[in-house]
Amino acid sequence: MTGLATLLVLADGRLPAGGHAHSGGLEAAVSSGRLRDLAGLSGFLRGRLATTGRITAAFAAAACVAARTVRAADADADADADAGHDDALDRHRLDALDEGLDARTPSPALRRASRVQGRALLRAGRAIWSVDPAQRDRHHPVALGIVAAAAGLPPAEAAVAGAYGTVSGPASAAVRLLGLDPYGVHSLLAELAGECDRLAALAAARAGDPIDLLPADSAPLLEIGAEVHANWEVRLFAS
Amino acid sequence: MRPDPQVQNGTGSHDHGTGPHEHAVDEVPHTHPDPGVDPHAPLTSPVPGTTRPVRVGIGGPVGSGKTALVAALCRALGDELRLAVVTNDIYTTEDADFLLRNGVLPADRIRAVETGCCPHTAIRDDISANLDAVEDLEVSLGPLDLVLVESGGDNLTATFSRGLVDHQIFVVDVAGGDKVPRKGGPGVTSADLLVINKTDLAPLVGADLSVMARDSAARRGDLPTVFLSLVDDPVAGMVADWVRGLLPARTDRRGGPAKLVP
Ligand SMILES: Nc1nc2c(ncn2[C@@H]2O[C@H](COP(=O)(O)OP(=O)(O)OP(=O)(O)O)[C@@H](O)[C@H]2O)c(=O)[nH]1
Ligand SMILES: [Mg+2]
Repeated sequence: MTGLATLLVLADGRLPAGGHAHSGGLEAAVSSGRLRDLAGLSGFLRGRLATTGRITAAFAAAACVAARTVRAADADADADADAGHDDALDRHRLDALDEGLDARTPSPALRRASRVQGRALLRAGRAIWSVDPAQRDRHHPVALGIVAAAAGLPPAEAAVAGAYGTVSGPASAAVRLLGLDPYGVHSLLAELAGECDRLAALAAARAGDPIDLLPADSAPLLEIGAEVHANWEVRLFAS
Repeated sequence: MRPDPQVQNGTGSHDHGTGPHEHAVDEVPHTHPDPGVDPHAPLTSPVPGTTRPVRVGIGGPVGSGKTALVAALCRALGDELRLAVVTNDIYTTEDADFLLRNGVLPADRIRAVETGCCPHTAIRDDISANLDAVEDLEVSLGPLDLVLVESGGDNLTATFSRGLVDHQIFVVDVAGGDKVPRKGGPGVTSADLLVINKTDLAPLVGADLSVMARDSAARRGDLPTVFLSLVDDPVAGMVADWVRGLLPARTDRRGGPAKLVP
C-alpha cells in the first residue's frame, strides 16, 4: 500500500540523489546580476516552473505510466512465463521520452546536468526501491517517472515531485548563495504549491500523448546561462 | 616546541599499537598503527571471488595538508598499486589540478566532484556524485586496488559516510594550534587514522606536540595517531604503511575483474 508518505520520501530535498550540488541555473542568474533578492528569486522560480517545471512534470508523468506498464508486464511474465504480453512498446517509450528531452534541451551543459541527476536518482531508486538495474542513464524527469513507478506512486505524484523539485532546488541554492531569509524563500515555495499541483494534474491527464505533443516550453536564458556557467573556472554548483 | 623526550616516555602519553618502544631524542612522538591488523570485516562483493577497490577517505580542515598527503601516497603507492583519486573541492578543481601539475598520477586516474557549496554533504549525506566518480574510474580504468577520496576542506565535524569509504583518515595540522585534538569532534575522535601534520611548523607556532599526543590518545582510545611532516617525509611513510595494511593480500587483489559499486 503506497500513500502520501512515500511521495514525501521521494520529494524530500534530503533524498541522496545528487540534487544538492545543482542550482537549477540560479548561480548563473545571480552572477549575471539578474537575481539579487527575494523579488528576483520569485520571478526566477515562476519562470522556471512555467518552463522546466512544466516539461519535467509532463515527462515524469509519461515515464511513470510507461514504467508502470513495463513493471506490470515483468510481474506477469514472472508469474506466468507464457503470458506473452509484449511490453516492447513501453520500453521503447522510455527511450523516446529520453530523446524527447534531448530535443527540448539545446544546451549540452543542461543535458549533462539532467543525466547526472537522473543517474544519481536511479542509484537511489535501486538502493531504496526495486528499480531495474538496467536503467542507469536517463534524463532526470524520466528517471523520476521510473523511480516513482518502482515506489508504487501514480503519474500525478511523479509529476508533482518533478514540478516541485524544479523550484525547491534553486530555492535552497539561493539560501546558500545569497544568504536570503529562509522564511521568505519558503514563502515563495508555498505560493507556488498550487501551480505545482495544477501542472501535475495536467501532466497526468496527458501522460499518454505522443511525445511531440508533450510540453516544449523553453527558457533561453537558462540555456545560455548554463553554457556560460559550465565554462567558469570557479563555481559553487555543478549546474 | 619539540616535546621533552623524557617527559614523553615518563608520562607514557602516547600509545603504541605494538607496545611501547624507545624514541630517539629528536624524534617526534607518534603511535604505531599495526599494518598487519585490519579491524574491519572483509569487503563484501556482489559476485563471489571478485573484489572492489578499497576506498579510503581523507578529510580534515581547510589547508591541513589533505592534498599534500594524497600526493605523498600517490608517490609511495602509485607504482605498486592500481590507484585512483577522487577530489571534492568546494568550488574549483584546484586539488585535482595540483595533483596533475605535480605529476603524481596521470589525468585519467583523477576525478573532481563538484559539491554545491556543501563539501560535507557530498561525502556524508548525499554521496551519489562520489559513487558515480568511483564507478566511472572503474569503468574507464578496469580493476583498481585503491581509491583515495579527498574531502573538501571543512570543519572538525565533517566525516565520511560508511557508504562511501571503507576507512577514513582525518588530517589536522599543528599550525591550527595544539588545542585541536582536545576540541575533539567526530573527525578527531572516530577517524580510523588521525594524522597530525606539519610538525615542522610546531616550533614556529608554539605548538606542544606532547600535548597533542596526550589529547589525541585521550580522545581516541586505541585508534592510531601519526605525527607527520610532509616537508620532511614527502612519501608519508607511516601513513603509506597503514594504507598497505588495509589491502587484501596481493594474490587476492590481482584476482577477478573489478566490481562496480551497486
Ligand atoms: N610546512 C609544511 N607545510 C605543509 C605540510 N603539508 C602541507 N603543507 C602545505 O600546506 C598548504 C596546504 O596544503 P594542502 O595539501 O593544499 O591542504 P588541503 O588540506 O588539501 O587544503 P584544502 O583542500 O584547501 O582544504 C600547502 O601550501 C602545502 O604545501 C607540512 O607537513 N609542512
Ligand atoms: Mg586539498
